Amino acid sequence: MNHKAIFLLLVVILPVTYVNAQDEDLLKLIGNDSVKKEYVDASFKSSRVIMSHSIEMLRPGVLDFRILHRFGTVSGGIYEFFGLDGPATVRLGLDYGLTNNISFGIGRSAYKKELDGFLKYRLLHQATGPKSSPVSIVGVAGMTYAADTITKRYHTSDRFAFYWQALIGRKFSETFTLQLMPNVLHKNIVSQGQDNDILAGGIGGRLKLTKRISVNVDYYYVINQVDGIRNPLSVGFDIETGGHVFQLHFTNAKGINERAFLAETIDDWSAGDIQFGFNISRAFQLKKKKSL
Amino acid sequence: MLKKHSLFCLLVFTSLFLQAQDKYYTKTGKIEFSSKAPMEDIEAKNKTVAAILDTQTGAVQFSVLMKGFEFPKALMQEHFNENYIESDKFPRGEFKGRITNNQNVDYTKDGTYPAEINGKLTIHGVTKDIKTTGTIKVTGSKIDATSVFTVLLSDYNIKIPSLVKDKLSNNIKVTVDCKLEPLK
Repeated sequence: MNHKAIFLLLVVILPVTYVNAQDEDLLKLIGNDSVKKEYVDASFKSSRVIMSHSIEMLRPGVLDFRILHRFGTVSGGIYEFFGLDGPATVRLGLDYGLTNNISFGIGRSAYKKELDGFLKYRLLHQATGPKSSPVSIVGVAGMTYAADTITKRYHTSDRFAFYWQALIGRKFSETFTLQLMPNVLHKNIVSQGQDNDILAGGIGGRLKLTKRISVNVDYYYVINQVDGIRNPLSVGFDIETGGHVFQLHFTNAKGINERAFLAETIDDWSAGDIQFGFNISRAFQLKKKKSL
Repeated sequence: MLKKHSLFCLLVFTSLFLQAQDKYYTKTGKIEFSSKAPMEDIEAKNKTVAAILDTQTGAVQFSVLMKGFEFPKALMQEHFNENYIESDKFPRGEFKGRITNNQNVDYTKDGTYPAEINGKLTIHGVTKDIKTTGTIKVTGSKIDATSVFTVLLSDYNIKIPSLVKDKLSNNIKVTVDCKLEPLK
């Protein structure tokens, strides 16, 4: 009987203390803290690191108007006002987010009067939680068409070049993102003895300094480099102001599409032949979410 | 002896049962907020609010995942998470409080009752005491709890850069609407 009394006492007291504990955090009763798969976004402030595509995709229905501008070389000194006198080059582009994972865009560069277009597809999206990928993998395929009449060509097809790129990137922390960019560039026409296919490996990253400003680095190592051509390197700041992202940077690449900066960068950082440049990205939401 | 046991069991079960019926909850509650500024109106909606109400004591709790707020413009949503609410650092907003006039609400009788609510609201890692009013609507075994109140972004250490002063108001109107069901 004594045992029974103790047992009874326990049975009565335990639930009471339990209930009291529940009073402190009622939400625990409904299993509030289930871990869900959550995609990692905002790896970069915009869809480009500086020159290169970034693992960041445009959201569906977003039109991104991009103005890319490079001044003359800084080594021109005060006479050329450190390159601001020019000769400047510019690319105007429109990118559109079709779905969460598919974007495409077109652009036109002043350099060689070149048109370019690309398709960007995200195969894997970095996420946290169960069954999630630690990296994002994005594929980019693009083509360029040089319309200038100065360069000597024999066929229309000689004006075309194509590139294929994989972007493998990870947002390591709130502030740090890094991506690797293996790249194949195919030029329909090259000088004698040169390869039609140029293989390059790139690395791009950003480090956030504040919520709205980050430092970005964008570099390619070209494996079968032609003599006199340099590897492109860009270093700069991303400044986000709401609807705009300003990318202010220094670069030795005059060309602003993949063909131009991989195959025709002649300036050398070590000789001070770099130019100041900026990218302006302005996003417009063309299609709003219907559910709201 | 057997009789005693079954009586005891009956007592325990009834008490458990009663206990269970005291609490009402939802995981699909709604919280909306809006900002009205000269150049832009911003609205966002979250439909995955977890809420629980203890009708016995009047205790209420809410928890909301900041990333669950949906905006009509994708960029707004990104900026909300990245620049303002910093949802990687502070993933949840929480409210813990009490209906101070709970004794005036008859949860067994259908009707609409005014409620006075007191508690602590945590947003962006900052906890503040808030006092607001709302309504409790009882329909059968369901409770519809609603409330509208204003929070100041400056109270929660959320800064508005001068560049977007015309686009984002410091006064945010928050609307809570939760349809609660008995917790079994």
